[in-house]
Amino acid sequence: MYRIVKKRDLNPTVSLMEVEAPMAARRAKAGQFVIVIPDEKGERIPLTIADYDRERGTVTVIFQVVGTSTLKLQHLKEGESVYAFVGPLGRPTHTEGLKNVAVIGGGVGNAIAYPVAKALHEAGTRVTTIAGFRSQDLVILENEFAAVSDNFVRMSDDGTWGTKGLVTDALRALIENGEKFDEVIAIGPLVMMKFVSLLTKEYGIKTVVSMNPIMIDGTGMCGGCRLTVGGESKFACVDGPEFDGHLVDFDEAIARSAMYREQERHSYEATCNLFKGVE
Amino acid sequence: MPNMSAKKNEMPSQAPDVRNKNFEEVALGYTPELAADEAARCLNCKNAPCVTGCPVHVNIPGFIAKLREGDPDGAYHVLSASNALPAVCGRVCPQETQCEAKCVRGLKGEPVGIGRLERYTADYHLHHPGKPVEKPAGNGHKVAVIGAGPAGLTCAGELAKMGYQVTIFEALHIAGGVLVYGIPQFRLPKEIVAAEIENLKTLGVEIVTNAVIGRSETVDELFEDGYEAIFLGTGAGLPMFMGIPGESLNGVCSANEFLTRVNLMKAYRDDTDTPIYRAHRVVVVGGGNVAMDAARCAKRLGAEEVSIVYRRSEAEMPARREEIEHAKEEGIVMRVLQNPVEILGTDGRDRRVRAVRCVRMELGEPDASGRRRPIEIPGSEYELECDFVIMALGTRPNPLISSTTENLETKRGGVLVADEQGKTTREGVFAGGDAVTGAATVILAMGAGKTSARAIDEYIRSKN
Repeated sequence: MYRIVKKRDLNPTVSLMEVEAPMAARRAKAGQFVIVIPDEKGERIPLTIADYDRERGTVTVIFQVVGTSTLKLQHLKEGESVYAFVGPLGRPTHTEGLKNVAVIGGGVGNAIAYPVAKALHEAGTRVTTIAGFRSQDLVILENEFAAVSDNFVRMSDDGTWGTKGLVTDALRALIENGEKFDEVIAIGPLVMMKFVSLLTKEYGIKTVVSMNPIMIDGTGMCGGCRLTVGGESKFACVDGPEFDGHLVDFDEAIARSAMYREQERHSYEATCNLFKGVE
Repeated sequence: MPNMSAKKNEMPSQAPDVRNKNFEEVALGYTPELAADEAARCLNCKNAPCVTGCPVHVNIPGFIAKLREGDPDGAYHVLSASNALPAVCGRVCPQETQCEAKCVRGLKGEPVGIGRLERYTADYHLHHPGKPVEKPAGNGHKVAVIGAGPAGLTCAGELAKMGYQVTIFEALHIAGGVLVYGIPQFRLPKEIVAAEIENLKTLGVEIVTNAVIGRSETVDELFEDGYEAIFLGTGAGLPMFMGIPGESLNGVCSANEFLTRVNLMKAYRDDTDTPIYRAHRVVVVGGGNVAMDAARCAKRLGAEEVSIVYRRSEAEMPARREEIEHAKEEGIVMRVLQNPVEILGTDGRDRRVRAVRCVRMELGEPDASGRRRPIEIPGSEYELECDFVIMALGTRPNPLISSTTENLETKRGGVLVADEQGKTTREGVFAGGDAVTGAATVILAMGAGKTSARAIDEYIRSKN
């Protein structure tokens, strides 16, 4: 069992959890992910690593409640344990040799964008962070981003935080104003990553996206996480999770993410009712 | 006097139209009377040809003699001396091509039901465990085994019996490998696997789950941690696809994914969270045991029609005859001599499977595998309606370890290079099972695990 040493709700649906997992902590790097199973009957949930502490032997994940398993995870308290915590999996983010990078986060994707921004900052890269949220009450990691960004652009859909507009609006403005990024790293909803990639393709800027498809084992065994990248089938768990955004077939990835939507909705409603009964 | 009946005793089993709606075990096992009667068919041949057919060389006449004497505990003692997982082997070994194929009784009639007697003996022990085995005295040497499947479990068990301190590292959250994620409950109950693994733990074997070697820790780090030798029993877990249009549609998955959802994650039960798509018309592509398992699971999940699409004829199917027969009895439709060329989807955003376009085939001259080569019949394409497609085309070894370990060579198909003793190209690293042979059987993997255990023992002795 893996003990939860810290648990904090960052907004109504997003929580941070620091978990004792010495083996995963020993080799964890930004961009990689872990598989978490809340309890014996739970799903294997892939979550990208938000932070790690090799000395404490802990790994931090930040997750949004989107279904039964993440709801179960959110209901666990400090001092309790998760049934399984496996990692690190996937390939880490390439940070070497980059001089000027735009890190773009959308919604809970900012939780994964943060360790990437931090790693780049620590490597001496100039970091422009463009963080987008629906509204101010959903904002996470604001101070953390501010600390590792040379330029921190705040965007919200409704204008309650920073500038009203999309992350792509901010990115286009920066590029048009002469900012020369050697790479853009975009992490967020599939639609956001799709439009960031379309935009950067116009300007010929290399773009890396972090994919989070449905998967089971996370080690290359099921093939459920397969994506089409540059016309080839790739497994996000072992070949990714980061890919060249200009080559990813986003429309296919969006369709595949809906495979179990109906079952997930039924299951989520049943679990909500269960928790309501307990409380 | 031996029992001279030409036929072996049938095992009682669930009726086909009952069992294809539940996940309970199909075959129910011999009663003591049936077992005694079957044991009496063994002639106790001096040269014991059956033993030569067994990859782990079980003393078959020896354990059957004990059964004949009415001593199932003694029979288990003989059996378990050479087989670490007898309850598993009694169920999933292809006895018809191994021990039973060599049985003298098979010359005139049916061979002795060796597999059924093995199962009876192992199950008797599970229900009447008696005195637990004693943990052997340790020899102070540490060995790491990667993968808790048939090869790794066997290797670990053999080494533990010799006094080694063995740690198994398993990537998944439950030990058993293909025995828990691949082979379905109705063919191999997971409780049986768990009990066999408990037996290993009493021998002192430690099992660390959730450890993905190659990512969580590397082979080099294991050596640094003081393991003197490492056995790679990492299997062949990477699924293959056909590379035809439409394979990324929703409703197309690998047999590995489907079986993992059903078996490991128990998606067929209402009290687990992993979703499974409840399909109406299912097409399984492939003709091996995995295809049969996937088809039979799909049927049990309530599909109205489940077909197996296979490009050669039934005679060339690599699956065991017994599995093909069981599948047919349960209502699985065999669509042989046809091959998918495209998977067709619904229009609109959700992109779901609506049909498979198949082409009919005929058999030509034998190919490299010795089987007659399937050839497309031009103009014979048709659409087979379905809402779920399972690709059971075989698997390859996972490259996670070979790509992160120096001096560990692989060859065509991604399999590890290893000699007959399981020695790889890296000193102190041994390998066996599907990781070396490509997808094969449980018992061959167990045989390789056993051979490597002896080689590891020799290696460590030579170093000290």
